[in-house]
Amino acid sequence: MADVRLEGVTRSFGDTVAVSDLSLDIWDGEFVVLLGPTGAGKTTTLRLVAGLERPDAGRILIGGRDVTTVSPAERDVALVFQQYSLYPHLSVYDNLAFPLRAPIRRVPPDAIDRKVREVARMLQIDSKLNNRATQLSGGQMQRVAIGRALVRSPSIHLMDEPLSSLDAKLRAELRLELQRIQRELGATILYVTHDQTEAMTMASRVGVIDRGRLVQIGTPRQIYEDPDSTYVATRLGQPGINLLPPALFNDALMPDGTATVAARTEHLWITRAGDGHAMGKVRWIERLGDQNHLHIDLAQVHGKQYQVVTLVEPDTGIDVGDPVDLTLAGALFFDAQGNRIRTAGTGGASRNGHR
Amino acid sequence: MARISIQDLHKAFDDFVAVKNSSFTIEDGEFFVMLGPSGCGKTTTLRMIAGLELPTSGLILLDGEDVTFRRAAWRDIAFVFQLFALYPHMNVRRNIGFPLICEGVPRAEIRRRVEETARILRIDQLLDRSVSGLSGGDLQRVALGRAIVRQPKAFLMDEPLGVLDTELREAMIGELRALHMRLRATTVYVTHDQLEAMAIADRIAVMNHGVVEQVGHPRDIYDRPATRFVADFIGSPPMNFLSVRTCLAPGQSEILVGGVPVTVPPLREAVAESDLVLGVRPEHVRLDDGGGIRAQVYGAEYLGTTQIVTLRTGHGMVKARLPSSSPVRVGETVGIAFRPEKLSLFDAAGRALRTALHDAAALTGGRRHG
Repeated sequence: MADVRLEGVTRSFGDTVAVSDLSLDIWDGEFVVLLGPTGAGKTTTLRLVAGLERPDAGRILIGGRDVTTVSPAERDVALVFQQYSLYPHLSVYDNLAFPLRAPIRRVPPDAIDRKVREVARMLQIDSKLNNRATQLSGGQMQRVAIGRALVRSPSIHLMDEPLSSLDAKLRAELRLELQRIQRELGATILYVTHDQTEAMTMASRVGVIDRGRLVQIGTPRQIYEDPDSTYVATRLGQPGINLLPPALFNDALMPDGTATVAARTEHLWITRAGDGHAMGKVRWIERLGDQNHLHIDLAQVHGKQYQVVTLVEPDTGIDVGDPVDLTLAGALFFDAQGNRIRTAGTGGASRNGHR
Repeated sequence: MARISIQDLHKAFDDFVAVKNSSFTIEDGEFFVMLGPSGCGKTTTLRMIAGLELPTSGLILLDGEDVTFRRAAWRDIAFVFQLFALYPHMNVRRNIGFPLICEGVPRAEIRRRVEETARILRIDQLLDRSVSGLSGGDLQRVALGRAIVRQPKAFLMDEPLGVLDTELREAMIGELRALHMRLRATTVYVTHDQLEAMAIADRIAVMNHGVVEQVGHPRDIYDRPATRFVADFIGSPPMNFLSVRTCLAPGQSEILVGGVPVTVPPLREAVAESDLVLGVRPEHVRLDDGGGIRAQVYGAEYLGTTQIVTLRTGHGMVKARLPSSSPVRVGETVGIAFRPEKLSLFDAAGRALRTALHDAAALTGGRRHG
């Protein structure tokens, strides 16, 4: 296990810049998740660290050693892909032991046995060790694939959306397991995904990627509570953050240059309004059980109808058609370029969002 | 106008029973969702309503008229498959009007109905555009327009949003719901996605292995699941289950969970000593140092406004949805307590026991969406 450093790494394919001047430090024992939509450059970044791609510019260091031109096999990294690739003719045990039996590693057989059983227990597949890989369910197969990476103790584990092919229930289960195992092993993981829930729930730090650039990195809480731009703000949160024009809130205090007011559920006080000057009207309540979404139609600004979607407790007494008022409390403010305007007293997010 | 009544509907394919003696009624103007895992019989039921599949036994009534064995084309029902199937070489107007052209409707009438449909869907400004340049959302609207323009008695939809990515899907749920509120046409909608069902339905039928487990308003299904299957299928994370062995008397409002007294809604029936299951939704679990049930924090998943905390108890894992401002540390031991009036109890067969939770059930019988 070791620190991994990317220094000004750039990689283009023809005219497309996939990764642009990206610098990132991953500390030993850290779980870093790169979050971004399809085509943002996350997978290319992962492949650059693995050595499957060579950067056009910049350096990659693993444990202080410059590995920019070193082949994948000599980098001491382990990769887990989206599609589990197991050896179908081998048992679960042999699949797990395979990486340790490589001639160049020279691991003694009893050490291999110990390691395989330990990892199998951690992943709760120890009762399946003698099964053929093909006799497993999808979730079990993906556990074996993850286990095959974990039996080794490489400098870094590189994972490319390893949970995306699983169903929702299994994904939720493995999210929790992966987080626990990483902590138990003290493994260093670089994980890429487009799923905000995976990023928020597992990461020590989340790096938000936009068109090949790392636009912000921080703990999930920092990224959620203290985003640098509207792009970052809209990456996290369900329902998504509400982006509204300042004109809707004529009596609220705002910093100069505010072009967008961004408000999450926790930034809005919704109260039932009396007759006359209500700010909005409840159009629809989406009852998702514990999490009800309140859809509120607001006034038009410059001919555009604005809406707010916010979480409400099931028993607030607010109903469809009710006139409501919105009061801002700790909302975030952004300028015309979408950059955050930070002033004392606004956006009261904790900057040291340790979990 | 369409009221669809299903009576003792049964469908077997050789040895496999796809739908088992189902009965329920879909009221006129209702948005009715059939929900369940794959293979539960929801699509087969929909296809029988459409006339694409004939039942082994049972009746289907459309506005009181027996249509069980009537041909699909004579049922006056529009079946919407996955929504993206458009003719790429035709413009929006022709795509929407195509079903009417096939029926030989006079041109002036087609023109009037297509324009009215486009207005309802708010795509009237796109009528003469080619469909190839449209955004994903507009393509969906055109596809819907083709179903609406026929003015059928009912719409049947089989996982219409299945292929869409999350963002567009959420937007389309809102649109379908808004459209329904304008048209008020009876809609039967099939999905395996419980969040989609909760978001869009007036009433939901939850199905499992060909059996209708519960029919009710989304809130009833969530708050008062009739079976353990329903409780487990609805909600994310789903309901927690704790095993208890006890006997119960009517009026009793306390049970022992591993020796710790837990207050539950007062019982409305008697149960002889047996293995029962206490059901607790994650949002009804709270950390309470005075709480008698001890638990160790196994993991915490930050979700922004809230967090899901997984707790290891002597009765299995329990998930709690807590404000993300509550501090929890993995590994620490905490006390937990439950919100008494919201708890469910199930018998060994998975049927919900009658408690005070069901007393108020009659009160929520009205329509959800004004």
